[in-house]
Amino acid sequence: MELLANLTLGFQTAVSPMNLLYCLAGALIGTLIGVLPGIGPVQTLAILLPTTFSLPPVSALIMLSGIYYGAQYGGSTTSILVNVPGEASSVVTCLDGYQMARQGRAGAALTISALGSFFAGCFATVVLAVLAVPLSELAFKFGPAEYFSLMVFGLIGSIVLASGSMLKAVGMIVLGLLLGMIGTDVTSGVQRFAFGIPELADGIGFVSLAMGLFGICDIINSIEKKEKRDILKQKLTGLWLSLADLKAAAPAMLRGTLCGSLLGILPGGGAILSSFTAYMLEKKSSRNPESFGKGNIRGVAAPESANNAAAQTSFVPLLTLGIPPNVVLAMMAGAMMIHGIQPGPRVITSNPELFWGVIVSMWVGNVILVLLNLPLVGVWVRLLSVPFRLLYPAILLFCCIGLYSVNNNTFDIGLTAFCGLLGYIFHKLACEPAPLILGFILGPMMEENLRRGMLLSRGDPSVFFTRPLSLAFLVLAAAMLIVVALPGIRHGREKAFKEA
Amino acid sequence: MRIRHPKDFLAGVMFVFFGAAAMVLSRDLTIGNAAKMGPGYFPFVLGGFLAVLGVVILLRSVFWAAGSHAWPVLHFKPPALVLSSVVLFGLLLRPLGLFGATLVLVVVCSRASHEFRWKEALLNAAALILIVLVVFVYFLEFQVPVWPSFPTPRA
Repeated sequence: MELLANLTLGFQTAVSPMNLLYCLAGALIGTLIGVLPGIGPVQTLAILLPTTFSLPPVSALIMLSGIYYGAQYGGSTTSILVNVPGEASSVVTCLDGYQMARQGRAGAALTISALGSFFAGCFATVVLAVLAVPLSELAFKFGPAEYFSLMVFGLIGSIVLASGSMLKAVGMIVLGLLLGMIGTDVTSGVQRFAFGIPELADGIGFVSLAMGLFGICDIINSIEKKEKRDILKQKLTGLWLSLADLKAAAPAMLRGTLCGSLLGILPGGGAILSSFTAYMLEKKSSRNPESFGKGNIRGVAAPESANNAAAQTSFVPLLTLGIPPNVVLAMMAGAMMIHGIQPGPRVITSNPELFWGVIVSMWVGNVILVLLNLPLVGVWVRLLSVPFRLLYPAILLFCCIGLYSVNNNTFDIGLTAFCGLLGYIFHKLACEPAPLILGFILGPMMEENLRRGMLLSRGDPSVFFTRPLSLAFLVLAAAMLIVVALPGIRHGREKAFKEA
Repeated sequence: MRIRHPKDFLAGVMFVFFGAAAMVLSRDLTIGNAAKMGPGYFPFVLGGFLAVLGVVILLRSVFWAAGSHAWPVLHFKPPALVLSSVVLFGLLLRPLGLFGATLVLVVVCSRASHEFRWKEALLNAAALILIVLVVFVYFLEFQVPVWPSFPTPRA
C-alpha cells in the first residue's frame, strides 16, 4: 500500500500543469532533435542540458526524461522511415522496420513501435517503483569499501557489454576518471590540474565535456561522411494495425518488455544491449526465422519494447545506488548534480516528490509520446527532408547559446570546442567516448570512497576483500573480465557486434 | 617493422601521454600514503595504470594485431572549420553581440559542408538570428548580449 501512496505522490507532482508542460516540451523537443540522423538520446541530452538549468530540479529532471524518451522515439521513427538509425539502440529496428515501410506498412511499424514502447514503459515504471525502496535500503548498508567495489563493478560491466576493444575502453574509463580529478579536491581543498585557470577551479564543466564529445564531435563526423539519404517518398497512410498484426506482435512485445526490464538494471545494460538481445531472442524462438529482416512485425515490436523498458529500468541503479549504468544515465546523473542533487539512496527519502514525480512522469511521458507523435509523424518526416547542411549550423548555434547561458561566460564555449577536438581524435582512433563520460561522473565519488575506506582501515587494502558485499562485487567484476577475455567468448562477442 | 594496427598504436601513444602527464603533474601535489591519501595519490596511481595500459596497447598493435588495418583518414576542413566557428562565437559574442557572432558562426561552420553556398548560408544565418531572438532572448529570457558593445575608453 505504501507503493500506492508513493505513486499518488508522484502523480500529484507529475501532472501539475507546469510539470506536465515541461514533460510535453521535453518529449516534443527530444523527438525533434532525436529524429535527426546521427543524433541519438545522448547527443540530444548533451545539446539540451542547458535549457533545463533555469527550471526547479523536479521540472528539470522531468523535462530531461521527456527529452530522453522523445529522442529514443525519434530514433525509431528515422530507422523505420529512412533506414538511418538515429541512435544505436534502434539499429535493429531498421532491419524489419524499414522493410515494412518499403512494403507500404510504415504506419503499422510506427504504431507498433509506439504501442510497444508504451506498454514497456508502463511495465518498467512499475518495476522501477517496486525495486526502488528495497534497493535503496540495501544501499544504506554500504560503507565506503562497498561503494568503491560497486563502482569498479559498474565500470567494468559497462565495458564488457560495450562494443570495440576492451583495453581501449578501460583506457577511456581511466582517462575519464583522471579528467574528473581536475579542479578543487574536495577533501583537501587543493587545486588539481587546473593550470592556474580560474574557470577550471570547479573542474571541467559536465555540459562542456558532454556537448564536445557527443554533440559537436558527431556533427563533424556527419559532415565528413557526406551521407546521402533516401527518404521514403510514398505517403504515409493507415496508422492502424490489422488484428493479425496485433496478434503477432503482442507476445513479442511482452517478451521484449521482460527482456529489456531485466537487462536495463544491469550495469552496462540499457537500451542498446536489450534491443539487440530481444531481437536475437525473437529470431531464435521464431518458427520461421528467415522471415526476419524482411519486414516481420515481431522484429519491430520486440526490440522497440525492450529498449524502452530498459531505458526506464536503467534508472534503478542510478536512483537507488547512485551508479549510472550507461552514458545516457550518466547524463542524467550529471544533470542532477548540476541541480545540487547527489544521485543515490538518499534521493528517495530526502526528495520523495522528486523521486516519485520523475518515475511517474516517465509513464506520463510515454502517454504523451503515443498521443502526440503518431499524429505528428508527418511533421517529423518533413523535418528529415531539410538538408543537414542547414541544420547543423542551427544545432551548433543552440549549443553555443546554451553553453554561454550556463555560467554567463565564454570560457565554457572554448572548453567545449577543445572537448570537441578531443572527441574527434578519439573517434579517429576508434576509442569510444562513452566509458570516458562514465568514468568522469564516477571519478570523484570513487576517489572519495577509496580514500575514506583506506583511512578507516588504516591503509590496509584487504578491507575491500574481507567485507562480503565488497568482495562479491569485485569477484563479479573479475569474473566478467575473465569471461570476456576467453577466446571463444571473445569471438562470439565480436561476431555479435558485427552482426548488429 | 610495420605497425599492424595504426589506430591502436596511436591510441596507445595517447594513453601513455595522458598517463605520464597525470603522473608528472601529480608530483606537484601531496601524494601521502595508503592510509592518508593526499590529493595526488589517486591521480598518480591512475596515471601510472593508464601509462602501462597504453604501453600494452601499443605493443599489441605492433606485434600481435591480426589482419591489416588502415591508418586513420584525417580530413582537415570539417573539424577545423566547425571547431573554429565555435571558438569564434565565444570570442565574438561580447564584442559583436549575438548578431555578429551568429553570422560568423553560421558562415564559418557552413563552409565545412561540401555543399556550401554563400547565399544559402547567409539566408540561414538571417533566419537563425530571428529564431534565436524570438525563442531564446524573448521567450526563454536568456541573458545573452544582443548588440555589439563598443569599447569604452577606460579611465
